[in-house]
Amino acid sequence: MKSEKKSFLEHPAIQSVIASLLCILIGLLIGFFVLLFINPSEAGRAMLSILKNFLYFPRPAVAIEYLGSTLVKTAPLLMCTLAILFAYKVGLFNIGAAGQYTVGAGMALYCAIAFKMPWYICILAAVIGGGLLGAIAGALKAYLNVNEVIAGIMLNWISLYSVNTLLTGVKESSTTYTLALRTNAPAGLIPHLGLSLLFSGNKYVTIAIPLSILFAVLVWVVMEKTKLGYELKATGLNINAAKYAGMKEKQNLILTMAISGGIAGLGAAFLYLSGIEQWSCAQTSVPAMGFNGIAAAFLGGLHPIGCIFSAFFIQHITSGGSYVDKMVYSSQISDLISAIIIYFCGFVLFFKQCMNKALAKKKGGSKS
Amino acid sequence: MTLLLQYTLIYSSVLLLVALGGCFSEHGGVINLGLEGTMVMGALGGALVMRSFPNLPAPAMVFAVVLGSVLFGTVYSLLLAIAAINFKADQTLIGTAMNLLGTAAATVFVKALNMRANANNVSSAIQYIDQKKAFTLARIGKFELSVFMVLSVIILILAHLTLYRTKFGLRLMACGEHPQAADSVGINVYRMRTAGVLISGALGGLGGIVYITAGVSEWKFENGVAGFGFLALAVMIFGQWKPYLIASAAVLFGLFRALSNIYSGFRLLENLHLPGTFYNMLPYVISLIILAIFSRNSRAPKAEGIPYDKGMR
Repeated sequence: MKSEKKSFLEHPAIQSVIASLLCILIGLLIGFFVLLFINPSEAGRAMLSILKNFLYFPRPAVAIEYLGSTLVKTAPLLMCTLAILFAYKVGLFNIGAAGQYTVGAGMALYCAIAFKMPWYICILAAVIGGGLLGAIAGALKAYLNVNEVIAGIMLNWISLYSVNTLLTGVKESSTTYTLALRTNAPAGLIPHLGLSLLFSGNKYVTIAIPLSILFAVLVWVVMEKTKLGYELKATGLNINAAKYAGMKEKQNLILTMAISGGIAGLGAAFLYLSGIEQWSCAQTSVPAMGFNGIAAAFLGGLHPIGCIFSAFFIQHITSGGSYVDKMVYSSQISDLISAIIIYFCGFVLFFKQCMNKALAKKKGGSKS
Repeated sequence: MTLLLQYTLIYSSVLLLVALGGCFSEHGGVINLGLEGTMVMGALGGALVMRSFPNLPAPAMVFAVVLGSVLFGTVYSLLLAIAAINFKADQTLIGTAMNLLGTAAATVFVKALNMRANANNVSSAIQYIDQKKAFTLARIGKFELSVFMVLSVIILILAHLTLYRTKFGLRLMACGEHPQAADSVGINVYRMRTAGVLISGALGGLGGIVYITAGVSEWKFENGVAGFGFLALAVMIFGQWKPYLIASAAVLFGLFRALSNIYSGFRLLENLHLPGTFYNMLPYVISLIILAIFSRNSRAPKAEGIPYDKGMR
């Protein structure tokens, strides 16, 4: 064997995958202990139903239909993940993705129900809404030095209350939910182009799913292969160096947040314009999608392609949480597991160091 | 009017306690974005004490509840201390994870507890109608003086003295400004930073129990603490990381938060015919504006957010 050739385990991509799997393993393990602590006799079954999710249904046709539902929710999660990833590559922690997602939902649903606009206009409105909100956070950071995390949280709450007020105008008279698109504004629904037939006729499966994967590839191309991506990354690495090199560093920050917000807004349109969920105007917290996006972004090793898989995994266990026995456990157990996974994603650097150290030791040992 | 004063003071106490917590952590050089989750955990600790020992006499109840919430908050903040100081993890990421974890863990735990007591009770709420009465120190007309208002004033004075008049406080601040310099004169930076984070956990936990007992007599843990931990961080920035300034900022923010609770009692505000959501939004809008005005020249501890590496210059 040639000694200068990198061994399989030394490859950074492989190490990222191993570190992410380690995070998942620890998260699931601690989650299992929590289940054991609450009720030892049912823990194994509950864990299995979280991990099985749609496989809970024995008939393949039904299982595939529910796989479709999980995918419908994976698309918006993947968009939120990409939003957070995009900003993080430029050194910004866009926790405001949850608020941008909320505004996107508000714009899309209002345009669809109140103005009966076709779906592509609604999607555009969602992108613009989310993008504007992101741009506000970016401008506050660039010109007024406001910490983007705190500004993001404040904007999350402001957008939640605004969207609740806005959508109260188009809600069902007897409930707190917005009017169903299928009966009131069918033009606002994203077309499925026959995709739903692949999932036992699950009518919520739309072209949003392939589009979201396309966006993941697009984000990768923009980040790695274009001048814009290079400039944005340079700004994130050292803002003063970027300024010195003649880049418009402040504009770059605002642009990054606007793009990130637009992606998050688009995600909301992907979910709500599929008709699978209606917005509740009595919601007291922003949708969890934006926060789960943080988990998926870091679990995906901060790589757009890795994020496709991590977003699916996070949505898989989140959906699986609804299959645990409600008389023994609560469905929030999957939130708990994803929170633990995010926590351990903070240790990824440490895991990689350990791996490299162990590899170096092995090498040193074999030589002597 | 008395009601407005009372709510303002109690919400100011919450913000003051939590912001002081953030202040200790950041003076040591660690940004504690997990205060929101720490508040939930502290609230859980206090609420569990009230649930388990409903018949304690008033002074013992106050003591036990404070102890419970401080203990839960401190232990929870260990998560940040270990990850950020010993493992040099990204502090923003860990803080965010702690916020999500706090609410999720508290919800799962309380639901399990409720279901064990009564199989049909799947709510995430803990009630403390009678226990709460122990916190009222005195009544002056309609105004109820809460023991927590007094406590937070005492803690404010202690915090100021600790930071500026003791060896510990000055050393802590040195670790947040220039940890290498602090290390060179023999201060253990890791230990000081851990102490700062643990103090912030204790104060954050205490703030949590004050928050959930402020206006209501039961708490649904699913709801978390509605961004209060982050409002407290805004208070801390507005207060320029100085205890007395933080206190005045806390009163201002507390006033806006109180308005959203009781705006309907004022004829003047009632006549404006603004929707209720406007007042709900108000604290967040104000804090955003204030942050926009005051962040530019803010004097944050210089080394905050940067993991300490002995080998770095």
